[in-house]
Amino acid sequence: MVKTLNEINEKIKKGQAVVVSKEELLDLIEKQGIEKTARDVDVVTTATFGPMCSSSAYINTGHTRPKIKLGGGRATLNGVPVYTGFAAVDISIGATAMPDDDPRNAVHPGEFKYGGGHVIEELVAGKDVALEATAYGTDCYPRKELKTWINLKDVNEAVLFNPRNAYQNYNVAVNLSDRTLYTYLGVLKPNLGNANYCSAGQLSPLLNDPFYKTIGIGTKIFLGGGIGYVAWQGTQHNPGGLRGENGVPKRPLGTLAVIGDLKQMSSKWLKGVSFVGYGTTLSVGIGIPIPILSEETLKYAAVKDADIYAAIVDYSDAYPNGKTDIVGEVNYAQLKSGEIEIKGKKVPTSGISSYSKAQEIAEILKSWIKKGDFTLTDTVAPLPSAESGYKLKPLNERPIK
Amino acid sequence: MTTSKRIVLRFPKEKIDQPIVYKLIKDYDLSFNILRANIMPDDEGLMVLELTGEDANIKKGLDYLKKQEVNVQPLEKDIVVNWDKCTQCGACVAQCPVGALYIKDRKTMKVEFDPEKCIACELCVLPCPPRAIEVKF
Repeated sequence: MVKTLNEINEKIKKGQAVVVSKEELLDLIEKQGIEKTARDVDVVTTATFGPMCSSSAYINTGHTRPKIKLGGGRATLNGVPVYTGFAAVDISIGATAMPDDDPRNAVHPGEFKYGGGHVIEELVAGKDVALEATAYGTDCYPRKELKTWINLKDVNEAVLFNPRNAYQNYNVAVNLSDRTLYTYLGVLKPNLGNANYCSAGQLSPLLNDPFYKTIGIGTKIFLGGGIGYVAWQGTQHNPGGLRGENGVPKRPLGTLAVIGDLKQMSSKWLKGVSFVGYGTTLSVGIGIPIPILSEETLKYAAVKDADIYAAIVDYSDAYPNGKTDIVGEVNYAQLKSGEIEIKGKKVPTSGISSYSKAQEIAEILKSWIKKGDFTLTDTVAPLPSAESGYKLKPLNERPIK
Repeated sequence: MTTSKRIVLRFPKEKIDQPIVYKLIKDYDLSFNILRANIMPDDEGLMVLELTGEDANIKKGLDYLKKQEVNVQPLEKDIVVNWDKCTQCGACVAQCPVGALYIKDRKTMKVEFDPEKCIACELCVLPCPPRAIEVKF
């Protein structure tokens, strides 16, 4: 049995497509088996909502009278420095940027209350944001100073562009030392006090398409509450890494770079967040539809939490020192139960990614597709594949003397 | 009937060097567990106690404290989860030492808060990424 994307899109336009969320798909497979489900179901929606640090928004503010050249100058939005290495009035806000006077970890662990991620959330929520800038002045752009409120609805382009999102699996963080650790995977209590994980597991988009057969450059997605597209492979994409049965990654492998119009997004799905002792970032909601083109596609999309394993990594020594040894492996069904066993000890678990919000996004995307508003795109180019030889490399230092 | 009650006490500046709470034991036959004790930045004294004893004695003990100009509030009102800000990630769950923050339904993975169990230790506050947990003393 083989369906084409065109056939599925025709059904979507007529409002006749059979669209289910990943959890509904699992129920169907249990009731009626893979073969019948593959024939019946046209699209399954997958999703994730969690902190994704390599996220940003670029904006064209519009020109002032007289004109100012922010490019090569300095600018802040609500006190957070923005990147001014583009043309006159193009700026970029990074999720992890913070005000110059934020104490960071001067007194450890710092609170990291406000940063680029929060600025992006406030812009999307329709709030006025303070743009303050200084420039060096040129004949064509004579102005040297600017202090103005700006609002998302008034600027020209406002584009969410995230160089790395939607990690295909991630580590489970633990702390083998005797002092509390403050990391991007949350607070890790000493002596295996807790284990934190960060993945939507069976709902996670790339875990449902482990070999990137349907998700690629050009795939249309739910991004931050609006429409987005996969723009490129994400940074640190590592397709050739360790996989288990059915090609399911056992380590963090694939990643996506995504892009979309910030003006149609919602602050419900783009949230500035703070990690004590670590920094600020942006939590992003992503939903990706997978067309059920064949039984093979369905077999990959049938993956369950119990089939997906992650590495337990010690963040007191192995992670910061780049050591590859792991404490063990555990699957997402075990992690989501609230407690796992490591070295004979019962360890409570906490998620950092929100499974509940991912379920919501999968339902929203499902409703868009069922309504006929959202057709699926064919990819314009594939992501580098598991056999491509594309590999994540460390930085081999060549010190400058 | 013996019950336990968690209370937040605020001692005005002039009273912080006076022994007051010992009388709850001596005169009102109550026992207490000190959950927290601080001098606040404005020199106000703050104490969180779990008082145990006969209902009638607890009432008399609280009246005594109020007569000493100590501000008394029940603890439950003081840790608040802002559910609009909460992203339901569950980062707080493994931080809470008493299980006041927990996930009951492992299908929806929604985070729940039981103020009765909360001891206002504040260990959940900073680990919450959207800072949805507010301490209102």
